[in-house]
Amino acid sequence: METVLAFVIGGLYAAGLYMLMRRSLVKLVIGLALLGQATNLLIFTLGRLTRGRPPLISPDAATLVGPYADPVPQALILTAIVIGFGVHAFTIILVKRAYQMVGSDDLDDFRTTDG
Amino acid sequence: MSVILPILISFLTGIATLLFRDRRPIQRALSVLGAAALLAAGLTLLAVVWREGVQRLEVGNWPAPFGIVLSADLFSAIMVVLTGLVGLTVAIYSLGSIDPDRERFGFHPLLHILLMGVCGAFLTADLFNLYVWFEVMLIASFVLMTLGGERAQLEGGIKYVTLNLMASALFLVGVGILYGITGALNMADIAQRLAEVKQPGLVLAVAFLFLVAFGIKAAVFPLFFWLPASYHTPPVPVTALFSGLLTKVGVYALVRVFTLLFAQEGEFIPPVLLTIAGLTMVTGVLGAVAQTEMRRLLSFHIISQIGYLLMGLGLRTPLALAGTIFFMAHVILAKTALFLVSGIVHRLRGTYDLKKLGGLYRTQPVLTVLFLLPALSLAGLPPLSGFFAKLALVQAGLEAGQFAIVAVALGVSMLTLFSMMKIWNEAFWKPSGESMTTVSSCPTTLWLPLGLLAALTVALGLAAGPLFALSLQAAEQLK
Repeated sequence: METVLAFVIGGLYAAGLYMLMRRSLVKLVIGLALLGQATNLLIFTLGRLTRGRPPLISPDAATLVGPYADPVPQALILTAIVIGFGVHAFTIILVKRAYQMVGSDDLDDFRTTDG
Repeated sequence: MSVILPILISFLTGIATLLFRDRRPIQRALSVLGAAALLAAGLTLLAVVWREGVQRLEVGNWPAPFGIVLSADLFSAIMVVLTGLVGLTVAIYSLGSIDPDRERFGFHPLLHILLMGVCGAFLTADLFNLYVWFEVMLIASFVLMTLGGERAQLEGGIKYVTLNLMASALFLVGVGILYGITGALNMADIAQRLAEVKQPGLVLAVAFLFLVAFGIKAAVFPLFFWLPASYHTPPVPVTALFSGLLTKVGVYALVRVFTLLFAQEGEFIPPVLLTIAGLTMVTGVLGAVAQTEMRRLLSFHIISQIGYLLMGLGLRTPLALAGTIFFMAHVILAKTALFLVSGIVHRLRGTYDLKKLGGLYRTQPVLTVLFLLPALSLAGLPPLSGFFAKLALVQAGLEAGQFAIVAVALGVSMLTLFSMMKIWNEAFWKPSGESMTTVSSCPTTLWLPLGLLAALTVALGLAAGPLFALSLQAAEQLK
């Protein structure tokens, strides 16, 4: 399973970076979103994939025994997803406003502020 | 308790200013009061840390290393005080220069949420929490940068947002991998466990992920191109705020990560940091020399100064780190002051273009002095603050035998002086150019913060002895 996910993550990163390097504004946003998702999956995989072992202490034991699904990476991802949601919503609106203002979605037309 | 106070104050001020957004006078008063309270809280925190040592707060009473810990050592406390200072000066300055529309659409709440994010980043001892504070700070800065929706702002905003989001993604990857190999998020805890990890290659890769992620945020060579493309687009108070704080948070994170987590990657990281530092200094100042627009020139200067901050980190002796901390205080004050000067110049003459400016020396003697103090301080002339900051760094460089970086630092100082003299010659000294709408006076709310910052720049130089001792002590705590 880890191997499959590793390839999926690598594919997402490659696709995200490829999208970022295109000149279209919309693809820029899609690229950023893909990067965010790839990162979330990476953290998920790094937390070790454990199936069917919730991190619950059974009534007759004092501590957890054996391997269990680590809840921390999932909490991290949840936080990152929420943050990513807000940030991407903002980015999409920003891109829309910029498109309306500049009248083009080609990043080469966005050079008036470059030094 | 005093640890969380700066965050709470900014948070509450942000909410209060949002609630009073239809009552402009109350909102403005609250904004300034909140910033003043933040400065007071920062000073209290510094005093407490100075007297009683490192302050810690386990949020929600979850014991470390399971819960999130806020902690303040001297370095954090100094940074919070500087945040309060920049916040207060920008809040006062914005009263006279932010237009009513931007105020109505949330300038003041965003200012305080940004300050909250910055303070949070300075005070947290948890790596993932640092990411969250970074995002709080970033989302506020995104909106501040594009608030107003002018074409230049949107264009600059897209570059700023894209590069910062990429940096955040890389940072998060670094956090994830560190958690994967150590099973910890508390920074001190990670540092302990990293020492036992037997995968030097992986740890080094993570170190470089952090270097790139924070390097983008701190605008180091060769990752700085978003900064001069975006920083000059928003109104001056916003630019002053960003230049004073945002890149410095990136440097702060670099210092934390490379003194605490990756301190044992001894032979590989410091040369890389020193090389980056030198290239950052040189490219930044060369970019500045080529500019004729005041805010763009100053934006390139930010980059050049970041190089000095990295130099101390690359040398990594206590003296060098103390130099970085002292330089941080110096550059935050001087840089913010210079951007405020550019705002007043624009108010008086209606342009930022150095070619069209001129004659300010004859008509505005006070402004001339208030420009020269931070400008000469930035160039490193004694007895101003920049001189002592650079002296410490150069001394540390000589002690460590890193003569190349010392030569670069001194050469860049000359070029800094040259570019500051360019502003002086063009805007102040030469007979007035062909512009313009000439206004002869500015509201006091513009002068007051500038005067305060310029006075502090001088004070930082005059009281360099005790303040440098404080920096040294802060540097000792980093070890």
